[in-house]
Amino acid sequence: MANGAAIEQSNTPLWGGGRQPFGASYGKLMMWFFLISDALTFSGFLTAVGLFRFRYEETWPVAENVYTHFPFLSGDHPLLFVALMTFILILSSVTMVLAVNAGHHMNKKGVVLWLGLTIIGGFTFLGSQAYEWYHFIKGAKGAVQIKDSSVLYFTSAGGTGEIMSLYELVNGQKRPHDAPHAHFNTEQIRQAFSQNKNATLMYPGKEGQRLERSEAASLMADAEVVQGANMRVNEYGNNLFANFFFFVTGFHGTHVLSGVILNIIIFINVIKGTYERRGHYEMVEKVGLYWHFVDLVWVFVFTFFYLV
Amino acid sequence: MEAHAHHKENFITKYIFSTDHKMISKQFLITGVVMGIVGVIMSLLFRLQLAWPNQEWPIMEALLGKWAPDGVMDPNMYLALVTIHGTIMVFFVLTAGLSGTFSNLLIPLQIGARDMASGFINMLSYWFFFVSSVIMLASLFVESGPAAAGWTVYPPLSALPEAMPGSGMGMTLWLVSMTFFIVSSLLGALNYIVTVLNLRTKGMSMTRLPLTIWAFFVTAIIGVLSFPVLFSAALLLLFDRSLGTSFYLSDIMVAGEVLQNQGGSPVLYQHLFWFLGHPEVYIILLPALGISSEVISTNARKPIFGYRAMVGSILAIAFLSFIVWGHHMFVTGMNPFLGSVFTFTTLLIAIPSAVKAFNYITTLWKGNLRLTPAMLFSIGLVSTFITGGLTGLILGDSALDINVHDTYFVVAHFHIVMGLSAIFGLFAGVYHWFPKMFGRKMNKTLGYLHFWVTFICAYGVFFPMHFLGMAGLPRRYYTNTAVPMFDDLTNINVLISYFAILGGVAQVVFLWNFFYNAVRGRKAEQNPWQSNTLEWTTPVEHIHGNWPGELPEVHRWPYDYSKPGMEEDFVPQTVPLTEKEMQTGH
Repeated sequence: MANGAAIEQSNTPLWGGGRQPFGASYGKLMMWFFLISDALTFSGFLTAVGLFRFRYEETWPVAENVYTHFPFLSGDHPLLFVALMTFILILSSVTMVLAVNAGHHMNKKGVVLWLGLTIIGGFTFLGSQAYEWYHFIKGAKGAVQIKDSSVLYFTSAGGTGEIMSLYELVNGQKRPHDAPHAHFNTEQIRQAFSQNKNATLMYPGKEGQRLERSEAASLMADAEVVQGANMRVNEYGNNLFANFFFFVTGFHGTHVLSGVILNIIIFINVIKGTYERRGHYEMVEKVGLYWHFVDLVWVFVFTFFYLV
Repeated sequence: MEAHAHHKENFITKYIFSTDHKMISKQFLITGVVMGIVGVIMSLLFRLQLAWPNQEWPIMEALLGKWAPDGVMDPNMYLALVTIHGTIMVFFVLTAGLSGTFSNLLIPLQIGARDMASGFINMLSYWFFFVSSVIMLASLFVESGPAAAGWTVYPPLSALPEAMPGSGMGMTLWLVSMTFFIVSSLLGALNYIVTVLNLRTKGMSMTRLPLTIWAFFVTAIIGVLSFPVLFSAALLLLFDRSLGTSFYLSDIMVAGEVLQNQGGSPVLYQHLFWFLGHPEVYIILLPALGISSEVISTNARKPIFGYRAMVGSILAIAFLSFIVWGHHMFVTGMNPFLGSVFTFTTLLIAIPSAVKAFNYITTLWKGNLRLTPAMLFSIGLVSTFITGGLTGLILGDSALDINVHDTYFVVAHFHIVMGLSAIFGLFAGVYHWFPKMFGRKMNKTLGYLHFWVTFICAYGVFFPMHFLGMAGLPRRYYTNTAVPMFDDLTNINVLISYFAILGGVAQVVFLWNFFYNAVRGRKAEQNPWQSNTLEWTTPVEHIHGNWPGELPEVHRWPYDYSKPGMEEDFVPQTVPLTEKEMQTGH
């Protein structure tokens, strides 16, 4: 196969001038420029999220009400799980740094260890994301969609503005952890609403604006129950929130997945001793750049979907 | 550096899956020319409809089949043709065809490198482009017709497959094709940037780069920064089309039925699109400007006037191109204050553009002009760049733009400033570097014929459109006969179509000149234009690795033409400085 000049003349320096600009190989530079480009793709998405986030202030969900699950624990644990996920991903960045460092010292064993841990970290993150998606799609508290297609939570008229789940509305008590996830139809909920004179509706946004009982009752006449999330409607609030959640975390997850696959390929090459023979571990450094980038992007995704 | 080892090459590795930048450049050019032929034929078809509405043309039925019953073009086909004409011309001919061809050919040759940084990625870049072209052409043949939402594919027409025939399968193929195109352009651009940074030969500092390379380099950077945003826009659009999201959709009825999509905004798409769309104008234009800098300086036998100002204006244009996209959206309900900010940034671009225009003119001033076809096309570019630039001042101003928005005035403006300038740059490049590409020469007389007919027809087509636009004629209308106020514009449309047909026919001269001489032309000499740049020091017959022995060393900038005290009127970059030059510091 006829190769490019770079491959053919790998033994001779490519740069013929004086001091080499940036002191980086073409491969590393290419990765940097690719990452800049990828960063702009994400910026496009996150800008769009920001646009709608501020346009639909009163129906945009509050993250603490959305992400409340934690494995093996009952009750609400807002944002606890995502904190763990983020910690794992950042930890995998640390192990990646150590792998690159071991590569600089031509320490094959070190690279195998740290790169292996990075791969495990990546898989753990992906698994956590699957858990997160599963619960996002299944839903937790349930809500109703009124005629103008806004989604509203139940709450008690005299209370502190805490969300009342559909289970609570029907059964009068919070759902115990061992109770199965219950589905309610619209008729059940209307009935329960008319019996529970204390219940009313509230907007999911930060203000959590509560409606008068009478107004809520008239809206309930043609409201539909919403449980869980899909592309059309979700129980957390504005439909664009779920649209963007699926799209942006999915796009980021695809990046993590391809990062893990790249890491595995490089891992195999390290074990086979390819880079030992080549005399440098630059490939580890290049996938390292990509991996750090994916982590950095997560920090932004995390900020946009979980923090603000 | 040792001359590189020779590999056994067979037909496939040499002509098809080649990693040699010179071959890839030819592949880009020829694919671009083929796409250009398709694009021009489309424009001639819809020009027939515009000048002689509802007249029966047997040729329409022959070419369009069921889309032109009895030889009258179907309105849906009209919309599809203007859409695909725009897409092909903007992306396939003037982006990939122009920048793909000449970046590939000239970057390694003019900076003194043996090839691109990664020949393999370069090859991938071409083949992604090829697949993208095939898909785009294939979309012409699907049952519901090609995409018809305009080249900007605004939602909701592009987001709802049921909206109109052209929103169906054709639109899906359009998006798939563009995705391949974006990957191709990204791979290409990464390679160009890194090659310019990392593979320059000894002595080739950034301030000694020919302006062509500066232009290609900055173009690649703009591409890397802007295409990913189009990619975001296209991905969101794909989700809206096929997965039921509502990013761009809200409050919509199709065929009397209310859709469930709520909350999105089509204006979001326009922002994302034009964040690419405006820099795209300079992705198209800068390589043409770079090429003409080189051609004008060589053929005026004078150093380019204001080299540093030229580089500075390229960089300024690149920067400004990212903060002006709002001027495409003045009528979307934009806050007038924001509109005035975009007006301000837009009008700022006039400064570096004027720097370039004046530098071309001052380079030509009292030069020892050699009016080769390449030189004529470059001068033609300067002319169209100024003519189109002046109407840009009108369109960039929000208060004035609103009056002529979406009329033929806009069509006239961007065809002259971007379309004609870039295509003239492309022709200039082809005429100038044809001896380098094919080792043969094109026929000069045919070149003159091609230039003058093309130049006159180009103005004949697009200049009258200003008047159509000022009279209020909207663009993209299938026919103007339904509105009495446009009745007296019919004659202008007929005139434009005559010029278009004549201009189209003139391109046959070019095609014959190009393809015949690529095979049969007179053999070219080593340095046919007495030029300074490094590409003319390589052997006429292409070899892998470009220079048989060591890479040339560079001692001076590329524009030492007609230097006093020198024997000849040009001093190639490889000639060491004379003692006198060293003493005077020049």
